[in-house]
Amino acid sequence: MDDILLQILNGLDKGSAYALITLGLTLIFGTLGVVNFAHGSLFMLGAFVAVIVRKIMMISSVTLDPTRTNFLGKPLEIKTTYIEQWFGSFGTWMIDYSVPIAVLVAIPVMMLVGFVMERGLIKHFYHRPHADQILVTFGLAIVLQEIVKKFFGANAIPQAAPEAASGALDIGVWLGFAENAVIYPEWRLIYFFFAVAVIAAVFSFLRFTTFGMVVRAGMVDRETVGLLGININRRFTLMFGIAAAVTGMAGVMYAPILSPNYHMGMDFLVLTFVVVVVGGMGSLPGAVLAGFMLGILESFASMNEVKSILPGIDQIIIYLVAIIILLVRPRGLMGKAGVMED
Amino acid sequence: MSKLITSRRGLIKSGAAIGAGLATPTIFGSSVWAGSHGGYTNAPTGSTVTLGFNVPQSGPYADEGADELRAYMLAVEHLNGEGDGGMMNTFSSKELKGNGILGRKVEYVTGDTQTKSDAARASAKSMIEKDGAVMITGGSSSGVAIAVQSLCQEAGIIFMAGLTHSNDTTGKDKKANGFRHFFNGYMSAAALAPVLIDRYGADRKAYHLTADYTWGWTQQASMAAATEAMGWETVANVLTPLATQDFSSYVAPVLNSGADVLILNHYGGNMVNSLTSAVQFGLKNKQVNGKNFEIVVPLYSRLMARGAGENVKGIFGSTNWHWSLQDEGSKAFVKSFGEKYGFPPSQAAHTVYCQTLLYADAVERAGTHNPCGVAEALEGFKFSGLGNGDVEYRAEDHQCFKDVLVVKGKENPTSEFDLLEIVEITPRAKVEYAPDNEFFAGGDLGQCNPGA
Repeated sequence: MDDILLQILNGLDKGSAYALITLGLTLIFGTLGVVNFAHGSLFMLGAFVAVIVRKIMMISSVTLDPTRTNFLGKPLEIKTTYIEQWFGSFGTWMIDYSVPIAVLVAIPVMMLVGFVMERGLIKHFYHRPHADQILVTFGLAIVLQEIVKKFFGANAIPQAAPEAASGALDIGVWLGFAENAVIYPEWRLIYFFFAVAVIAAVFSFLRFTTFGMVVRAGMVDRETVGLLGININRRFTLMFGIAAAVTGMAGVMYAPILSPNYHMGMDFLVLTFVVVVVGGMGSLPGAVLAGFMLGILESFASMNEVKSILPGIDQIIIYLVAIIILLVRPRGLMGKAGVMED
Repeated sequence: MSKLITSRRGLIKSGAAIGAGLATPTIFGSSVWAGSHGGYTNAPTGSTVTLGFNVPQSGPYADEGADELRAYMLAVEHLNGEGDGGMMNTFSSKELKGNGILGRKVEYVTGDTQTKSDAARASAKSMIEKDGAVMITGGSSSGVAIAVQSLCQEAGIIFMAGLTHSNDTTGKDKKANGFRHFFNGYMSAAALAPVLIDRYGADRKAYHLTADYTWGWTQQASMAAATEAMGWETVANVLTPLATQDFSSYVAPVLNSGADVLILNHYGGNMVNSLTSAVQFGLKNKQVNGKNFEIVVPLYSRLMARGAGENVKGIFGSTNWHWSLQDEGSKAFVKSFGEKYGFPPSQAAHTVYCQTLLYADAVERAGTHNPCGVAEALEGFKFSGLGNGDVEYRAEDHQCFKDVLVVKGKENPTSEFDLLEIVEITPRAKVEYAPDNEFFAGGDLGQCNPGA
């Protein structure tokens, strides 16, 4: 029982990331009708916003300590960050909380990235076949990841969660299990609640604001909304920015869980597309549901007990489930008729 | 919106086409070893000789590959008589005079292995066929090393392996044209186990997480055998796919398994991520079975330690070489590398630098680039002054035998490079094994192949 609970918890944080990325992907697909293969890159860029914010905070002045030597026998360089020199203990606090601070930075930055991406490139492919859209966005993804590699190198760059949230909770003890039975890192729990909050915010925005209502109307019938004198394209562009921000924030918050590296976007991309197809193309609730579901399933499949019966199942479980669901429900869990069908 | 949309089938088809395009190996066919002179493949005829440096320039091990490439360029400089000569001055063999190899200026070409066997074979093949490379060296993965080694065997080219730590490289997959300076999983385990038992006691239960490919398998088997022989019990061994990014679902059940030691048979990015997960799950400061829970990383590198940050503190592992060694060879190498690039070299850089000098020296001693002559000169070759004490290239399996370093993540690093401290230098005698050892059995060197 405790094992099962542990794997459900474990699946939640991965599922949260899937859900957030897929949510952004579906928003873009639902509004602009574009299959955005560069979407994983937005997640990666978000994670690198965390890296950059921390790098900026760590800019230091260098003094030489003649009493100690470096590896070449020369005086050792001592670095002190400017932020600590200027702000003292508040500076130290800011460095400690660089990831949450980066979330705030990521919102405008990622929206801007989204606008540039949409206005600069994707706009020109609205009336082209999906194959072209896939190729150009996939190409963009490769370009973005190579740029990041050029500047940050190929190795992962670890990002620490704030000291106060980097421990682990013995959740099992609260629920009456033995000590050490269900241990769960605090930051992953925070990630889950963060994801729930963002998802709730996006749904509320679409459901309860006039802007959201127009966007939803546009998703159903773009032409009619346009005929009513509403500039739907501008709103859709804004939705692209919002989707980029949601995915970027997901990346920032994920940085302490998975050290950012240049290929993390590609790694998530394939899985999120499976999530989209399982959830149903164009369905926002489907995307969220399938995200959490596949995250938890993946977690269960990597249990030793399961792997000893079905070796290698952890590598194929998601695709296996996707096949079964598409056979049983060809439109995915919550897909609607008419989406991506002739 | 329906205007924009073609069909689901179309989407899936295009996606599949892109995927297939990415997965297709880039090997191109042509008559492989034609156009050679002098009785062996790519015999140099002009005033230059070309070496092929096959390192990961993209993919997850690209930083390791970049460091290898720096070391190769340094070695070429030194061979051609530029720079301060580095370890050529401390090398026990005095054949290298700084006038290239056999009087020919050393040039090089580079290939990108991408840490993928097929890409590595394709780039090695291209360097041999198009660029006329007379020797191939490099790599940062055992899967790649084994694949390229067998290609070089067929091509009649000497392969001087880079960073490869699987027992199989000089075990069941050994080849007469292939030589490995780097140590291996068995040697890591033999050096590490006594230290672990000394620090953590003989009554321990170990849980292994293991990268699911040749290196992980042999590393895990070696560690399990060495620790079990000294009293430890192996609770579980879970294989993790090489592509795993988030190890939380593998790490989560560890505490509840009754184990009190976690052994991470992971390398590079895998190790960084699995160790980070383990620390996040609080493993480093838990008590199990009345003892402190411990984590062990059998194969360490400084580049990995940098990736894992704070998490490596206090964690034991082994390494082939470390820049803080104080012998003359290491000091000379650190100095020339450090002054050229501004930071100390990694163990990957060290091993490939040594391999380049060892090859050049063997050619000088043999008087030819002919792989059979070079192999004969390297087999049983004893040397020192390259940073690992007295070393021997064993004739039976082309494995170098030398001291192994047991290291620990440093508690109070003084700089960003000062991440590992050397706990013990395990003498060569303690890590040596018979050529027919069970972990290395099954292979056959075969005959040297000069190609052409």
